[in-house]
Amino acid sequence: MKKLKDIFGGDTRQFGMIFALVALIALFQVMTNGLVLKPENVINIFNGNSYILVMAIGMVLVIIAGHIDLSVGSVAAAVGIVVALLMRDTGMHWVLAVLVGLAFGALIGAWQGFWVAYVGIPAFIVTLSGMMVFRGVNQLIGKSNTIPVKEDFQVIGAGYLPEVGPNTGYNNLTVLLGLILVAAVVLGAIRTRRNQVKIGAATGSATAMWVRTGLISFAILAVALLMASGRRGTSFPVSGLILGALVLIYGFISTRTIIGRHVYAVGGNRHAAELSGVRSKRVNFLVMMNMSILAALAGMMFVARSNASGPFDGVGWELDAIAAVFIGGAAVTGGVGTVIGSIVGGLVMAVLNNGLQLLGVGADLTQIIKGLVLLAAVAFDVYNKMQGRPSIIGLLTRGSKKGTTPDAAGKSA
Amino acid sequence: MSDVILEMRNITKEFPGVKALENVSMVVRRGEVHAICGENGAGKSTLMKVLSGVWPYGSYTGEIIFDGKPVEFKNIRQSEHAGIVIIHQELALIPELSIAENIFLGNEYVKNGVIDWVETNRRARELLEHVGLNDEPQTAIKNIGVGKQQLVEIAKALNKDVRLLILDEPTAALNEEDSQHLLGLIDELRRKGITCIIISHKLNEIEQIADSITIIRDGQSVETLDVKGDKVDEDRIIRGMVGREMSSRFPDYTPNVGETFVEVRNWTVESPVIPGRLVCKGSNFYVRRGEIVGFAGLMGAGRTELMRSIFGQSYGIFRGGELYLDGKKVSLKSVPAAIDAGIGYVTEDRKVLGLNLLDDIKTTTVSAKLKKISKRSVVDRRAEFEAAEGYRKSLRTKTPTVNEGVGKLSGGNQQKVVLAKWLFTDPDLLILDEPTRGIDVGAKYEIYGIVQELAKSGKAVIVVSSELPELLGLSDRIYTICEGAITGCLAKGEATQENLMKLMTTLSDRSAAASA
Repeated sequence: MKKLKDIFGGDTRQFGMIFALVALIALFQVMTNGLVLKPENVINIFNGNSYILVMAIGMVLVIIAGHIDLSVGSVAAAVGIVVALLMRDTGMHWVLAVLVGLAFGALIGAWQGFWVAYVGIPAFIVTLSGMMVFRGVNQLIGKSNTIPVKEDFQVIGAGYLPEVGPNTGYNNLTVLLGLILVAAVVLGAIRTRRNQVKIGAATGSATAMWVRTGLISFAILAVALLMASGRRGTSFPVSGLILGALVLIYGFISTRTIIGRHVYAVGGNRHAAELSGVRSKRVNFLVMMNMSILAALAGMMFVARSNASGPFDGVGWELDAIAAVFIGGAAVTGGVGTVIGSIVGGLVMAVLNNGLQLLGVGADLTQIIKGLVLLAAVAFDVYNKMQGRPSIIGLLTRGSKKGTTPDAAGKSA
Repeated sequence: MSDVILEMRNITKEFPGVKALENVSMVVRRGEVHAICGENGAGKSTLMKVLSGVWPYGSYTGEIIFDGKPVEFKNIRQSEHAGIVIIHQELALIPELSIAENIFLGNEYVKNGVIDWVETNRRARELLEHVGLNDEPQTAIKNIGVGKQQLVEIAKALNKDVRLLILDEPTAALNEEDSQHLLGLIDELRRKGITCIIISHKLNEIEQIADSITIIRDGQSVETLDVKGDKVDEDRIIRGMVGREMSSRFPDYTPNVGETFVEVRNWTVESPVIPGRLVCKGSNFYVRRGEIVGFAGLMGAGRTELMRSIFGQSYGIFRGGELYLDGKKVSLKSVPAAIDAGIGYVTEDRKVLGLNLLDDIKTTTVSAKLKKISKRSVVDRRAEFEAAEGYRKSLRTKTPTVNEGVGKLSGGNQQKVVLAKWLFTDPDLLILDEPTRGIDVGAKYEIYGIVQELAKSGKAVIVVSSELPELLGLSDRIYTICEGAITGCLAKGEATQENLMKLMTTLSDRSAAASA
């Protein structure tokens, strides 16, 4: 048990989530007779969920800072329709249109951030207002019509890496991408380890480090080969690539930069942060603005994937993004959460959706199961926190707690 | 009917790790005004919470005899039912509701399931008359001043057929006129046969109104004084409050005082909550390099407010004053500006203002000056680790690693992490607000040593503390603050607990004139 912890790091929550994801995939793989891990299906999961996951990245920062954003779906829709119309009516190049879309998202974000950070209106209210306002903007501008988009724009939502080089039976670029990632992971692990040893802060044994790195590398290669071996013309989707890049960038920002630290500080204890020289208003403003920019990007990716922008795009997205963040271990009170955790949380929801669909479970039952999973995941969190205090449940389960933690996590999530 | 209404016998109340009350006994006679005196943290409020059932029967040991019968209150409702009503320092009124609604909250006049407004207002008017308040019962609480709110609280208590009224610091937030009105009302209640227990730091008021005084020190009842019989005056009360022995609880230390580093002139700050009320009234002081300067004052005197205002105006509304660092006038309008100017401020309430309890030691250590270990805004985690590790060793913080969460540390070690955080900013002036509150004796000694080291290295240090022995042991000079004004400054040799307490409790004409 302790060795397992050594390998996967000390964070029980994340540990549990990754186990839950793996267990869920394994479960559906068996129940669907191998349909889940078919290349087409894996690609489909990425393509069909990357826009939600992109928003989850922004949402986790908002939630860490102690706020919430209900407007993301409407913001995505408003930006989507503007971009679609720009390309149709003015013939604007799609790259320029994407930039305009992001700028529009930033403008919306500045508007919401202003009210939240500088006027001090709770984000719940500001973004509830935004939810209505920008839904209205979408329908006003688009006259409640569906606007189709050109094919070249569709690449950001439905595109694949091109086929280059010799015919290996795999998509070469995807394999290459996988190998580069593995190399980066291994090098990074060696560098971190060396640094830790040098300053005498190494945690866990070297073997644990290698096992961990090996498992991660194996997982990356397996996914890459799987996606590269699909139908010719398909490969790792461009939307997945965008998501991956964002995860790396935002993972870095949130853990390694000053502004990232400040987001956690403001969410953890705003007064203490302010008395330590953190300009909390600016942090809140930036976090809200960033969310709308990512919502804008998600909106455009969705439009690209569905070939058109419609009046009901993005309805309910905010709830999917928020659920992903909370399943991923963020705390409602702020200060806690990780980008990678939210992605895993989002993937749990995505795999659940997909697996149930493949099993032919109806939308009604799927909703019920997803709702219960969200509750179970957060209940597991609350339960973990209660362990400090004597509670009846805690007392009853204390004896068996240690040995069963990962399994319990897997079952509850 | 005996003439003793309340007797508390051998009350002992323990919190994890702390004995808040130890064998406290007191006797309150029927119809008297009984004062409870003691330093901050002596256990006065805890005792009243035991009496009123906030700490239920069973969570303490000892006996409470009320009206000749032993009582075992399990909650406030039971004690109120018996006729004991406590009015807390922070008033328990709902600002948006009217005076009448507040008075009858929980005891509404109901006719056929609907509130009877006619009866409610009639009865409210009657009660308001009793306490000398002639506002309309429909007035919202938020629209009347604190003084009147206090009277509404009393009216509310009268409605509950109060027989023992407990007032916790009733005049702390009131001006002189309102205070006198309130004391007059207490006097009147006494004549009507209502017994009062009053907790107050204002000794002149106690001398004026109380019949007898119980003094609590370090969780023990030391003596009960009969004001008229014993000819008690303020000096006598002070002697009882501070009369503990001073032992060597401080490391040996020879100060090395240099040039003046900080000078503050006419610093004036208005309360952010109560418009027009000044929490700092034209304060003047200075601190030299290598000097430890203490600030003494009772709770609510405005010490923290003054310090936080100097620290980048992080409290209240700045209404004037000048700050000089090294003889140069500076204007620090934000916390980052104050930190850059070389000021550090260790806050009074670690858990609420000082720490993000979700964070670990190393991120906390560098959190007030991330710039120092960042390149192009990317934090160098190795430098971060080394900085935290360095302070862990030099401050002897007890923790397995610096990756540990600060929430898991003991109070003393948490305080060391907070100190490390501010030492990391390389301050020239370090302000420590209640640096040893809630930490044990051994850790206190270590903190004192760290503070003295800081001063020795040429930094200017300000220590704000409610513990007079701590200030006397640590400081080279001590300023006293009373009701927002600096009332005196005593050098190490001349300061005693008695003369400090006197300066802390009296706003004499001379000192008022001097600080104006």
